[in-house]
Amino acid sequence: MLRRHLLAGAGAALGASALGAPALGQGTAGTARVLKFIPQADLAVLDPVITTAYVTRHHGYMVWDTLYGFDGDYVPQPQMVEGHTVEDGGRRVTMRLREGLRFHDNEPVRARDAVASIRRWAARDALGQVLMSVTDELVAADDRTIVFRLKRPFPMLFEALGKPSTPVCFIMPERLASQDPNTPFRGDVIGSGPFRFAANERVPGARLVYTRFEGYTPRPDGTPTWTAGPKHVHFDRVEWHVTPDPSTASAALQNGEMDWWEQPTADLQNVLRRNRNVVLEIPDPTGLVGMARFNHLHPPFNSAAIRRALLGAVNQADYMTGVIGTDQSLWREEVGFFPPGTPMASDVGMEALTSPRDMEKVKRDLAAAGYNGEKVVLIAAADFPSLNALAQVGNDMLRRAGMNVEFVATDWGTVVQRRASREAPERGGWSIFFTFWAGVDLFNPGVHQSLRGNGDAAWFGWPTIPKLEELRSAWFEAPDLDAQKAIARQIQEVAFQEAPYLPLGQYFQATAYRRGLTGVLKGLPLFWNVQRT
Amino acid sequence: MFAYVVRRVLATIPVMAVVALFVFSLLYISPGDPAAVIAGDQATPADVERIRASLGLDRPYLVRFGAWVWDILRGDLGTSIFTNLPVATMIAQRIEPTLSLMVVTLLLAISVAVPMGVVAAWKQGTLIDRAVMAFAVLGFSVPVFVVGYLLAYFFALEWDLLPVQGYTPFARGFWPWLENLILPAIALGSVYIALIARITRATMLEVLQQDYIRTAKAKGVGQSGMLFLHALKNAAVPIVTVIGIGIALLIGGAVVTESVFAIPGLGRLTVDAILRRDYPVIQGVVLLFSFVYVLVNLAIDLVYTLFDPRIRY
Repeated sequence: MLRRHLLAGAGAALGASALGAPALGQGTAGTARVLKFIPQADLAVLDPVITTAYVTRHHGYMVWDTLYGFDGDYVPQPQMVEGHTVEDGGRRVTMRLREGLRFHDNEPVRARDAVASIRRWAARDALGQVLMSVTDELVAADDRTIVFRLKRPFPMLFEALGKPSTPVCFIMPERLASQDPNTPFRGDVIGSGPFRFAANERVPGARLVYTRFEGYTPRPDGTPTWTAGPKHVHFDRVEWHVTPDPSTASAALQNGEMDWWEQPTADLQNVLRRNRNVVLEIPDPTGLVGMARFNHLHPPFNSAAIRRALLGAVNQADYMTGVIGTDQSLWREEVGFFPPGTPMASDVGMEALTSPRDMEKVKRDLAAAGYNGEKVVLIAAADFPSLNALAQVGNDMLRRAGMNVEFVATDWGTVVQRRASREAPERGGWSIFFTFWAGVDLFNPGVHQSLRGNGDAAWFGWPTIPKLEELRSAWFEAPDLDAQKAIARQIQEVAFQEAPYLPLGQYFQATAYRRGLTGVLKGLPLFWNVQRT
Repeated sequence: MFAYVVRRVLATIPVMAVVALFVFSLLYISPGDPAAVIAGDQATPADVERIRASLGLDRPYLVRFGAWVWDILRGDLGTSIFTNLPVATMIAQRIEPTLSLMVVTLLLAISVAVPMGVVAAWKQGTLIDRAVMAFAVLGFSVPVFVVGYLLAYFFALEWDLLPVQGYTPFARGFWPWLENLILPAIALGSVYIALIARITRATMLEVLQQDYIRTAKAKGVGQSGMLFLHALKNAAVPIVTVIGIGIALLIGGAVVTESVFAIPGLGRLTVDAILRRDYPVIQGVVLLFSFVYVLVNLAIDLVYTLFDPRIRY
């Protein structure tokens, strides 16, 4: 028994006698059927279609299920569907929902719910938009049958419906899924997944509660891995406690008030490693990839030659050391435009990042490219330690390369507003900012937003690189993995020529949990399969 | 007196109106975009634009201000852009933890600081006086979060006597409620104790030199009676003023303390809303804080009459 429980007992007796009321003991993480979790951030938005925030995706996996899941080999596997048939040379795909699927209001999950969910998700997702552009018809043939009639075969169909990158195609009731995809849905959070969302216990910014959904039917087959396989729940209740202060989160995990801290900060990981009751591990082998994003609309970074010249200045080890420290098991350099170790990654053009660094040559290349001292407005999110580290190292790199940098340190909320401005840097716009993307979001050209070259419609920075768009379209048509890989190599080659952004390395965010927990899955914070021993 | 109270309450209306105008305008011109925060890092500019339009954030200043004021006049503080919950509901969820923290801190601070100040004045120039003043300087100098981390380290991690974070509602029992508040109240109260102890000492020193104190001593009044009945009552007005000012300090300090001890109070609600640019919540909370300040000032003015019969309204 912990010492504070003895104190609590004495205090409870005192309080009860003083007030004549029963006093409940302090809830602890050791309670067998309750799992207490510290998420990376507050869950501000409940609708996983409207936002790409990772914390909302994790909430989504608690509450909703998906037609397909991703396994540890990054292969889509049937999840809510029992199987599918592909006919007419790949132009007709029929999916059959598993029997017994229910929403949290005990209504059955019907094919029309899935169709509405796919449509709403596709309106917001880049891969979904491509899917819809090749879809002639998407219908619910009966309560359990979904039919895609495609203009041409779309090999990425199952990957699109099962991908874990944001936004995820979660299956919601039709009444939610038929709402405007540009506005958070209104109405109760009715899910199809293994946990119910306890809306009445929500304290925004502080606590979220999920309870086990007894009516959930896990897949009868397969092995739980990433988001695929049977989802067996071993806790009656999962509580998310938003704890903005890392030291407090660390202390709460160490003394057993919490079970699991999603993202321990780099400076506290050594403290946690020394605690024999805490396990630290890397859940997502695709990691987080840092990038410096250029504004392609205004000088100096409207010049491909200037952007390309800066590839020679990048020392990824400097960036990653700034972010996570000197422990090289936690980060990787020599990272190109796709995360190393994933199917589309290659060594094409990598010498731009791996050749010996020569800042004098970079200066000469910049001068030859026409750089003439134009101001570079660097916007930095000083309130996010990892982003701030990237920006600080980037600021130093640009200055050493002889660029005229104005470093604007502000908060993340301001960065996300200012980066949307297409004005010239001297009129409130920007030249460069730094961010991270999860590896699964850069996994292939279909989901990789920052490798788009579609100008005004592209992600912030708005590069116009028609060749990238052509190759992306060709990638969707590729008949097999080898053909996809070949096109991905060409995409990387073009990317090194055009430099839509600078890849800054990859780091691996650890997660920390009490040693008594077992069955923690890789990939994302997922709450099925986890149990307390 | 009643007429005075009514006049003061009515005077809050223009104050609140100015606060409302100021807060709304400040938020309007400050950088940041809730639509971009909602959309997330991976959203495209077109996604952000669509969300901004759907939330009505692209409407002109006067239209938005007019709509907000109209809602306020109807008793509606608005709805959070992010949670879709009424601002009044979100504030109501957070009042109990903040109020609990403030009450416990206030009780702790007054019960510790006033006797400390009295004793320091009584023992002026001695080791006790110096120790009290050293503590006061320390209390002022060490930031609340440092005190908080030290307390959490020793009392929660090392000795395992108290929880490190969280809040338990009073309805779940007195001890669970108090258990979560002890460390935050000590951390937050350290500055406050220092402030009250210093002002009590200074005021008491002045009072203790008055003729009526000498007369009381000559009449044979006991030490404690002389200190706490004759001297402290006459020194009370400045002390009460400082306690009132301290409530403002408490609201500011609660923001830090609630973050360090993960207490889901109004301070954290405010910080979260500012970082996200959740305008309706920021406006609602600032209006509430302004109203509380005005009421606290009024309450202090009324309390003066209890200690000094010469004061009349």
